[in-house]
Amino acid sequence: MPETIIELNNVWKTYYMGNNEVHALQGISLKVKKGEFVAIMGPSGSGKSTAMNMIGCLDVPSKGEVYLSGKDIMNMSESNLAQVRGRKIGFIFQKFNLINTLTAKENVILPMILQDMTKQERELKAYEILKLVDLTDRMNHRPNELSGGQQQRVAIARSMAMNPEVILADEPTGNLDSKSGSTVISFLKKLHKEKGTTIVMVTHDEHIAHNAERIEYIKDGKIEKVKHNK
Amino acid sequence: MYKIMASKLNRRIKEYFMLAVANLFHRKLRSWLTMIGIFIGIAAVVSLISLGQGMKDAIFSQFSALGSDNIIIQAKQATFGPPGSSAANPLTKDDRNIIKKSRGVELVATRLIKAVQLDFDKKTFFRYAATFPDDSDGRNFLIERFKFKIEKGRFIEIGEKNKIIVGQNYAAEPVLDRELRVGDKLSINKKEVEIVGILAKTGNPQYDRTIFLNEEALREIINLEDRIDIIIAKTSNEEDVEQVVETIKKNLRNHRNVEKDKEDFEVQTSQQLISSLGTILTIVTAVLVGIAMISIIVGGVGITNTMYTAVLERTKEIGIMKAIGARNSDVLLIFLMESGLLGIVGGIIGVCLGIALSKTVEIIAANALGSELIKASFPPVLIIGALLFSFLVGAISGTSPAIQAAKLKPVDALNQE
Ligand SMILES: Nc1ncnc2c1ncn2[C@@H]1O[C@H](COP(=O)(O)OP(=O)(O)OP(=O)(O)O)[C@@H](O)[C@H]1O
Ligand SMILES: [Mg+2]
Repeated sequence: MPETIIELNNVWKTYYMGNNEVHALQGISLKVKKGEFVAIMGPSGSGKSTAMNMIGCLDVPSKGEVYLSGKDIMNMSESNLAQVRGRKIGFIFQKFNLINTLTAKENVILPMILQDMTKQERELKAYEILKLVDLTDRMNHRPNELSGGQQQRVAIARSMAMNPEVILADEPTGNLDSKSGSTVISFLKKLHKEKGTTIVMVTHDEHIAHNAERIEYIKDGKIEKVKHNK
Repeated sequence: MYKIMASKLNRRIKEYFMLAVANLFHRKLRSWLTMIGIFIGIAAVVSLISLGQGMKDAIFSQFSALGSDNIIIQAKQATFGPPGSSAANPLTKDDRNIIKKSRGVELVATRLIKAVQLDFDKKTFFRYAATFPDDSDGRNFLIERFKFKIEKGRFIEIGEKNKIIVGQNYAAEPVLDRELRVGDKLSINKKEVEIVGILAKTGNPQYDRTIFLNEEALREIINLEDRIDIIIAKTSNEEDVEQVVETIKKNLRNHRNVEKDKEDFEVQTSQQLISSLGTILTIVTAVLVGIAMISIIVGGVGITNTMYTAVLERTKEIGIMKAIGARNSDVLLIFLMESGLLGIVGGIIGVCLGIALSKTVEIIAANALGSELIKASFPPVLIIGALLFSFLVGAISGTSPAIQAAKLKPVDALNQE
């Protein structure tokens, strides 16, 4: 039985907009186990991104618990949580979210700096990963000198920097044409297969979702149904 | 454990420093504009202090030429001006004799310093005339102490009435069409005199524009009778200077019939004179530096403003950094580095500018005014202090924006557009 890396237990998230309450999450429960490839689907505004933020410990629930490797994140200090997040979780966003003042290589190196990796280690590692995503010829370019597909590959490389246990991808193909999109997906699949990295991916595309072993359907901030592929 | 943490912190500081440099370069124009306030302020502070210090050094060396065993006696002044000019109760020859007879006094030299009207070549101008005593002991003492040297011609002899020597600056007096030469005749308060010598440069701008003549000669020209502006007393070697000062004070009080602490005259050692001048200079410098500080404060506010803007602009970036593992303390450090860097780069430019400025003032003063009193001096403490200070101003100004950046919640920062 593989261990559970992230667990949401009856998580609520409520936003207050003036006098209005928006319940983005309404008691969602979800387990992500080591080595899984999970897709999350659901209509717009159903709470997918909010749920991903919880899974990635970027946000804290209004109610309910989030466990990271069995530890309640509410009991972790800010600096400890940040360090653990940096080591265990890699993020890929719909809008790439690279740092524009840094080159592709520097973007990949940044998480390593934050984890105190030495300079030689970093250089070596960054080159290795960029080779994996086929970008060694672009590694000294800044994001605005790269195509969307290339930027997303840099983001994938960055998410791999610390060999995380989990990669969280919120609509990674949302801003890409279908060709770049399928390249990105194929990289994620490769990571999952070859390195056994756990992957959680939000997508609107049923076809893309079928790459996952399991699809969680969210509606109104709750899991509506779960579908196992194969 | 502690060692590992320290070395990690060290490494991070180095990395963040590079990040900060990259960011400042990315926003070149704004970085420059932000630094203006700091570097103007630092430049002003550095040049003011260096000139103030230089002046103090120059005055100190001028007066120490007088020797510390000398005592200077003047009548109390009603207003500012050359010694004795506005004294209610000037010193007289009787006072001189009292001082001369005081215990511990080896010899005395008297001086008159008066503004006079000079006429030469149909031009009229006003200058100070200073005198040499008409006794050889006093005269030799003065010449030796002030290091007067003749460049052209000769000194005036004791008793000569219509002969003068002039300071170096008369060689190129701007009022006149040509320089004054040995043998020229000019008139002092309408009385004709002849130049017999020109002094070598003394380094003191006052002396270099003064004319010198015998005391009795000046007395006759402006009807001074027996008043004296300054008396300089040389103490004999074995005497304690402070003791002699007290003796002179007591004798003068008796002679002039005044009570203690109500003296209408001043008795100072050259040491005291230096230190009181030094104090005045320090106060003047401090006031000017205080004004320059305002510029630095304004510069600091500029840094705060720039850093707040940077936090707003880079909210998303902060969110990304936090998502990929940056702790609050990392974000804080990165932003502090950036503002500190703004401060210290401003400081470096300011120090260079300040050095250039005070050197320029020094050169202008030396060439145009012939003054060697204005000299720039740069003690290492000043340079290092200025740099440290500018870094601190930067870091302190950036503290509040950096804290704001550090406290951003990752998800909120990420969702910023
Ligand atoms: N910061 C916020 N403040 C207020 N309401 C929010 C905030 N973030 C999300 N919401 C609301 O919470 C609900 C869920 O949002 P979320 O972004 O999770 O949806 P989503 O499933 O990711 O949608 P999409 O497919 O469009 O990305 C929405 O109704 C949204 O308006
Ligand atoms: Mg979303």
